[in-house]
Amino acid sequence: MLSATADPVGVLTGVHFMNGDAAACEGAVAAGARFAAGYPITPSTEIVERFANRAPQVGGVFIQMEDELASSIAIQGAVWAGRKAFTVTSGPGYSLMMEHIGYAAMTETPCVFIDVQRGGPSTGLPTLPAQGDMMQARFGSHGDYSTISLCPNSPQECFDLTVKAFNLAEQFRVPVMVMMDECVGHMTEKVAIPPAGEIGIFPRRVTTKKPGEFLLYEPGEDLVPEMAHAGNGYKVFVTGLTHDQRGYPLMSPAQQRSLVTRLFEKIKRAADQLVMIDEENVEGADVVVVSYGITSRVAQRAIQMARSKGLKVGRMRLQIVWPFPEKRIREVAGKVKALVVPELNMGQVVLEVERCAGGQCKTIDVPHPGGTVHKPEDILEAIERGAR
Amino acid sequence: MSDEITMSCESCEAFDPQPPANPVQALLRQDRMPTIWCPGCGLGTTVNSFAFALLNSGADLDKIAMVSGIGCSGRVSGYMNFDSFHTTHGRAIPFATGMKLANPDLTVVVYSGDGDLSSIGGNHLIHAARRNVDLKIILVNNMIYAMTGGQAAATTPGTSISTTTPYGSFEPELNLPHLLDAAGACYVARWTAFHVKQVETAVKEMLKKKGFSFLEILSPCPTYFQRKNNLGDGLAAMEDYKKRSKIRHGARTDEVAIIPGHDIICGKFVDRERPDYLSLMRQQLGEHYHETAGAVV
Repeated sequence: MLSATADPVGVLTGVHFMNGDAAACEGAVAAGARFAAGYPITPSTEIVERFANRAPQVGGVFIQMEDELASSIAIQGAVWAGRKAFTVTSGPGYSLMMEHIGYAAMTETPCVFIDVQRGGPSTGLPTLPAQGDMMQARFGSHGDYSTISLCPNSPQECFDLTVKAFNLAEQFRVPVMVMMDECVGHMTEKVAIPPAGEIGIFPRRVTTKKPGEFLLYEPGEDLVPEMAHAGNGYKVFVTGLTHDQRGYPLMSPAQQRSLVTRLFEKIKRAADQLVMIDEENVEGADVVVVSYGITSRVAQRAIQMARSKGLKVGRMRLQIVWPFPEKRIREVAGKVKALVVPELNMGQVVLEVERCAGGQCKTIDVPHPGGTVHKPEDILEAIERGAR
Repeated sequence: MSDEITMSCESCEAFDPQPPANPVQALLRQDRMPTIWCPGCGLGTTVNSFAFALLNSGADLDKIAMVSGIGCSGRVSGYMNFDSFHTTHGRAIPFATGMKLANPDLTVVVYSGDGDLSSIGGNHLIHAARRNVDLKIILVNNMIYAMTGGQAAATTPGTSISTTTPYGSFEPELNLPHLLDAAGACYVARWTAFHVKQVETAVKEMLKKKGFSFLEILSPCPTYFQRKNNLGDGLAAMEDYKKRSKIRHGARTDEVAIIPGHDIICGKFVDRERPDYLSLMRQQLGEHYHETAGAVV
């Protein structure tokens, strides 16, 4: 599947001490990103600052656009011109980017959006953490589409999961979200960057068919079409309108059904390979804590405290949140007394956990409006409640 | 049917039942014809001039990428037989910016309307001109939001009637050449759909020019703008353009606003040399810039 390896020119092999923002940037460069467009916004800015520095070294281009609307579509122009590209933002900018997340979903433009989440709504807390954009990552743009969101909980994972985000974007031809948060972005830890030859890359699905024989949106066996770049004689036609396999606008209920269903199905069919959960002691547990991002690190402390009190507690840390791992959550819900879901929001991913648990066990939310992280005691209290 | 035509043309010895192919036909997606444009609309005329310019310019047609936003003019990219990108409303220019910077070998043309490029996309227009990204911008100005049914635009001349200004607009219109001149565009011209040869010449000049080039083409919208303001049909608009247009190359751009009843000042207003974005980038980065073969996937 990952039939290629990283171009060594972009890989800073070695052990580094860097923050999550820097690591995410290195992940992008290692994955082959050679174009980024961005607009400054705390706490994500360090990613593009670093890319502005790194881009010339790898033949890449960084452009600071006039706003996030522009950044989020400039990257798609770059993709259709043949580059791997990404943009970076935080809440207020992410809201502006919704328009083009929809465009990328509709036109099947592989690209990566990194959202370093901060407190909201609106301008909120520019320098403080939250996880309040999780539902926006899934449903933020208008209309129906499916996409993929990853949640790193350390600088190391900011590197690893950003590489993975690019690979998934190319594999499924969707916009992929790396949903960081202020803590993970600004936390400095050890980051080990492997040799280029050990970094698997999913190459762009560029067609080998000749112009004239190639249909831009003819789905492959996995429902994902091949791509052709501008300037190669294919005369591609890309539109955000509902379109046929040539890419031509075709605005009929039948075509809408066929296209939107496929945009959903290409992710749904692959749901099993898109499960990425860090699990520990789930078998035999009475309570399992389901968390992601920075909250998972606080949850780990709460889990240890609960275990020291003799409780049987397991961990499920979601590294891919969307598509939601329905099957696995349903399975675990059937074996435990409770699922505890702490989040730095007023209850978003917990809604999915509760839906998938389907009443088989208690689902206990531990909401938090953001600005700081949970107290481990608050999560511990929920675990104890669940164990009763 | 062909019998009937033959009979009616018997007196004409030169009659050829197969009309000669239109030379611009190859530049259009035949399977997308007919267009959605109304009778009397000037868009088709502008496309014809644009296509002739491309044919006569010797440009590598495989390297042309056409980018449009949303609206009647936003459909142009999809009727042309090039790499066509029909993007979101107002965002054709930033999409084109990404495309040009990612692959400088492409000739990137943005063809869109006044509402799309100068109202919702106004900020992008200003900044792309300031950056001097090597883009060819063709803005067809029909002075109204036509596709959505005739609402006032930023370019609707003051006092004009539209569906959202039923008592006449209270807002002055945007003087686009002045804006683009101030923002730093290398080439700024205005013509009308009546000026078919001048449009062709302007496009050829833009293709040669390295840097941000901007052409405004006034075009009638008989369905909304002309009708709402009792200005007659498409032909009447052509007569009006012919009568009111005054060619003044190099005119001061602060004096070329379009005011109802006044002269329409046409011509090439700005033609300046300024290093484009990529040239400056390479120059500034110097030895720090490493072009790698692997940049394009």
